[in-house]
Amino acid sequence: MWGLDFSMVDWEEMSQAAIDTLKMLGASALLTFIIGLPLGVLLFITARSNSALLRFIYRILSFIVNILRSVPFVILIVALIPITRAIFGVSIGVEGTIPPLVIGAAPFFARLVETALREVDRGVIEAATSMGASTFQIIRKVLLPESMPGLIAGMTITVVTLVSYTAMAGMVGGGGLGDLAIRYGYQRYEKEVMIVAVILMIVLVQLLQMIGDRLVAHFTRK
Amino acid sequence: MIELKQLTKKYGTKKKSTTALSEIDLQVGKGEIFGVIGHSGAGKSTLIRCINLLERPTSGEVWVNGVNLTALGKGDLQKHRRKIGMIFQHFNLLSSATVYDNIAFPLTLTNTPKADIKKKVSDLLALVGLEDHKNKYPAQLSGGQKQRVGIARALASDPDVLLCDEATSALDPQTTDSILRLLLDINKKFNLTIMLITHEMHVIQSVCDRVAVIHAGGIVEEGPVTEVFLKPKHQVTREFINRETTGADALKLALSTTNSESSKQVKITFLGAQTYDSLLSQIVRETGVNFAILQGTISTIKDMPYGQLLVSFEGEASNINRTITLLKERNLDVEVMN
Repeated sequence: MWGLDFSMVDWEEMSQAAIDTLKMLGASALLTFIIGLPLGVLLFITARSNSALLRFIYRILSFIVNILRSVPFVILIVALIPITRAIFGVSIGVEGTIPPLVIGAAPFFARLVETALREVDRGVIEAATSMGASTFQIIRKVLLPESMPGLIAGMTITVVTLVSYTAMAGMVGGGGLGDLAIRYGYQRYEKEVMIVAVILMIVLVQLLQMIGDRLVAHFTRK
Repeated sequence: MIELKQLTKKYGTKKKSTTALSEIDLQVGKGEIFGVIGHSGAGKSTLIRCINLLERPTSGEVWVNGVNLTALGKGDLQKHRRKIGMIFQHFNLLSSATVYDNIAFPLTLTNTPKADIKKKVSDLLALVGLEDHKNKYPAQLSGGQKQRVGIARALASDPDVLLCDEATSALDPQTTDSILRLLLDINKKFNLTIMLITHEMHVIQSVCDRVAVIHAGGIVEEGPVTEVFLKPKHQVTREFINRETTGADALKLALSTTNSESSKQVKITFLGAQTYDSLLSQIVRETGVNFAILQGTISTIKDMPYGQLLVSFEGEASNINRTITLLKERNLDVEVMN
């Protein structure tokens, strides 16, 4: 069909690449959420604080987040090679891709968290304050539950973004489907491998988006 | 129970500031329902939000139940806020929590045991009449039901004071009345001090014991509702009352058409049981004076019946004067208009 011969696709290599992609994605998404969620909450809290010191902290955090978000991801990978080597002892392979993936995605996710929290009705926060809730109680019992649909939507966007980041990370030897597609399709003109790898990535993104949308619908009470 | 001393709130920077409240002194006694009425922008919302320090006053003191809240640190303030319930115009319920969890919310802040929470919440659900709705989310409730959840939530921590920030302004007239009745019930049942702000005179008339009229950041008139309502002194107060009763234009017309040499226009105010007595007809029969009713209201202020009639007496001047004297002897308040 269309002059394509799928018999030459090495399925073992393909499944290994798929597993590598899932490993990179799982580990980097988990770390991104663990770092990005508190960072986003911190951005939200400090931005609207009455204290001049906290607002100063916000400006610094915001500046750092903006810098990390403006550096192209490919450059971030290269720039982080020394740090990655210091952490894992290697700067290539699946482990080698995780620091740049997390550092690239966490500031992005933090901004999405901040935006989701801004959508929470100020009146509800005020009501909790009037009932004697502490800042920590407001975060845990008001901000996070009330913004749950927005947070999950943000997580979905972040994971989907990470899928394309893993493809780029593949270029520095991280492996995975994206790397396979680039090596065979772009560098060796073996369209078949490229097509299969890209289709697998499309299926992955569709699945992730579908799960995210379902969860958002489940948590929406409005 | 609540005492405000020289409360001032300014917004903006030192160079360019607007004064929202200036040197307010106010006292609300235990078990009292105190109303503050004012137009939007008069400062009433700022005033009520200063009481639990949602807005920190620029200067002055806020005392609630013998504690100077303005002098407390963050932790102590949080503790004392638990004893001040508040309900809001837009209810401010957690949309992600059920009716049950919303009411339980203030109790979870203090790590109350689950069994105690369950008992307290079911009592409150019964009090506000929402037993059948406990597993619903706020989005599934009507406005009146949402405010009932708000009231139950505010009562969960057994507060000393309940603050109502325009609590009925987003509700239709019937629902407003049912919420006001609920507030009255709660006030009687728990001897709870209630302070409410509103721009509707009939809210003040139906539930409040005392009222303060706020205008341009200052209190222009204050006193028992019967006094302020029946004998308003300040222009702003009169406007609020006229809007509730008949228009000022109708009054002007009635006064100008009946103004003559042989008549006297008189405003008679009845209060309490005498409202329903036949005093006026007894007296005019005795003096032989005729009268026409130009304007009149007979209603209640909270539970107190009152009547206010604007009449034009016709007859000989001496007889009219004697009528007025007799009315005064029966402890009626009589004001001669012309």
